[in-house]
Amino acid sequence: MNDSRFATRSELIGILVLAVFLVVILPLCLDVFRLNLVAKYLTYAFVALGLVICWGYGGILSLGQGVFFGLGGYCMAMFLKLEASSVENTKIQSTPGIPDFMDWNQITALPFFWKPFHSLTFTILAVILVPGIFALIIGAAMFKRRVGGTYFAIITQAVAAILTILIVGQQGYTGGINGMTDLRTLKGWDIRPDHAKVVLYFFEVGLLFACICIAQLVRHSKLGRILVAMRDQEDRVRFSGYSVANFKIFAFCIAAIFAAIGGAMFALNVGFMSPSFVGIVPSIEMVIYTAVGGRLSILGAVYGTLLVNFAKTSLSESFPELWLFGLGGLFIAVVLAFPNGLAGIWGDYVQPRIGKLMGTRKPKAGWTDNSVADGAPAE
Amino acid sequence: MLVGHQPKPFLLSVEGLTVSFDGFKAVNDLSFYVEENEIRVIIGPNGAGKTTVLDLICGKTKATSGSIEFRGKDLTKLKENQIVKAGVGRKFQTPSIYDDLTVFENLEISYPRGRTVFGALTFTRDAAVRDRVHEVAEMIFLKDRLNMSAALLSHGQKQWLEIGMLLIQDPDLLMLDEPVAGMSVSERAKTAELLNRIIKDRSVLVIEHDMKFVEDIAHKVTVLHQGQILSEGTMEKVKNDPKVIEVYLGH
Repeated sequence: MNDSRFATRSELIGILVLAVFLVVILPLCLDVFRLNLVAKYLTYAFVALGLVICWGYGGILSLGQGVFFGLGGYCMAMFLKLEASSVENTKIQSTPGIPDFMDWNQITALPFFWKPFHSLTFTILAVILVPGIFALIIGAAMFKRRVGGTYFAIITQAVAAILTILIVGQQGYTGGINGMTDLRTLKGWDIRPDHAKVVLYFFEVGLLFACICIAQLVRHSKLGRILVAMRDQEDRVRFSGYSVANFKIFAFCIAAIFAAIGGAMFALNVGFMSPSFVGIVPSIEMVIYTAVGGRLSILGAVYGTLLVNFAKTSLSESFPELWLFGLGGLFIAVVLAFPNGLAGIWGDYVQPRIGKLMGTRKPKAGWTDNSVADGAPAE
Repeated sequence: MLVGHQPKPFLLSVEGLTVSFDGFKAVNDLSFYVEENEIRVIIGPNGAGKTTVLDLICGKTKATSGSIEFRGKDLTKLKENQIVKAGVGRKFQTPSIYDDLTVFENLEISYPRGRTVFGALTFTRDAAVRDRVHEVAEMIFLKDRLNMSAALLSHGQKQWLEIGMLLIQDPDLLMLDEPVAGMSVSERAKTAELLNRIIKDRSVLVIEHDMKFVEDIAHKVTVLHQGQILSEGTMEKVKNDPKVIEVYLGH
């Protein structure tokens, strides 16, 4: 139970239930259009998952995860855009063979930093390394200087704003406010038809479970416990011989890499990438997904993301101007009434009832999915 | 050089230590020496700079000038985690434990292995770790609470837990800031017993106000007043020093 390297029994059941839900139930119940919507939502679940480690366990609130989502997404989109801009596809341009937006901005040759993105291997590495190294630099600059808490959150938000301005301003290199649109094929395989959407959905779910497994491993390692320890007693951890900054940098980098994988899958699933997924508003939305799911629950992050996005889609169709207020209200309500989100509600109200019905109420060991840092531990 | 007449090397040599906060000198040109296996108690009125001295030694506060030499290393130039690695352990005044973890996990984190990011990721809870945690838990009277959330411990038990976390670290110099403050009489007696057991084979630097307790454990007492040493020596000597009686013990 306590010594488990990967997951407790109840966590394993939880992962299995989620797997059945995503792999069997949703594909059977939804048409391809809706399934593709779920695929789009799940790209944010990667971000939420990273935030559980970084914010939930490590206590490091980043309001700039859109930056990493965007970097991952743009890396992938650059590869897809180059493939879609073959000489024959772009022969009506004044310079054929470069992306259309470059041509519109009077750029006549492919910029140097675009060239490596002809290679898929390089692109996959870049999806992970570019955001990872960027997070490492921000993390090292902040955490080594002991910048934390609110100040860190504000700085990440500033980074999100800066990156958006940069992308919008450098239209010729990035596609500007419109982003990179009209992405077509991946190594010759068309990503637009229905069957491709289904394949991409399953591929994405597979990646999501890989990330869930990594998150589980981190959380059940001593590193996961050190993150939790640091959240409340940073000095005690420091004077127990740990370099607190390095652990924070690690958590921040993991969160960044997860977000980037989500971003890359977004470019593939949705077929475009734009600065509207990089800035302050999307970054804060991603934090809200995590808060709603329960910031201490790895699986809660996935459910929270799905729930908020379904609500967003259905509500913003009927009341587009009210949605942002609704989202803000939801965040305040969750923080005030259910600080541990859906996972907290599940652990506090639903699970005990089920246990009573089954007549086998298991004692919680303090590390079951939802009971960590509850106001009132179960025993 | 006087060959064959070398003085015994001190474990800790603090020389000319000064720290000033915006011009206020909390510790002012302080020098003292702690020998191997010595129990040194620092006493003094509020604001004398006692806690600041511990902060300076463990690296929490950076010295304005002066040196702190520990086993040939200048601690003023090391980072906090390097100071811990050099063999200095510090207990804080208010119990600093990890509420969200169990007692076992609290102790395990202080086990001196896997302190890097990668090391922590690959750390395995093997028999050596388990045995050591159980051994220390027995010493600190928390043997049957290992799987309990640390948040549920009483104040005294939390103090013991933090002392236990330091024991697992096995430091050469153990610094305790008011280890019996806020404890009941019976807890205090148990703590004295605990301290007497754990101070073997290491030097201990204690800040304490409880004079009875100080008399029980101290080899040597240093009295601080306004960041400077007012008196130093055995408890007997210090107790009868008129200066000490005037500023501290007389109250």
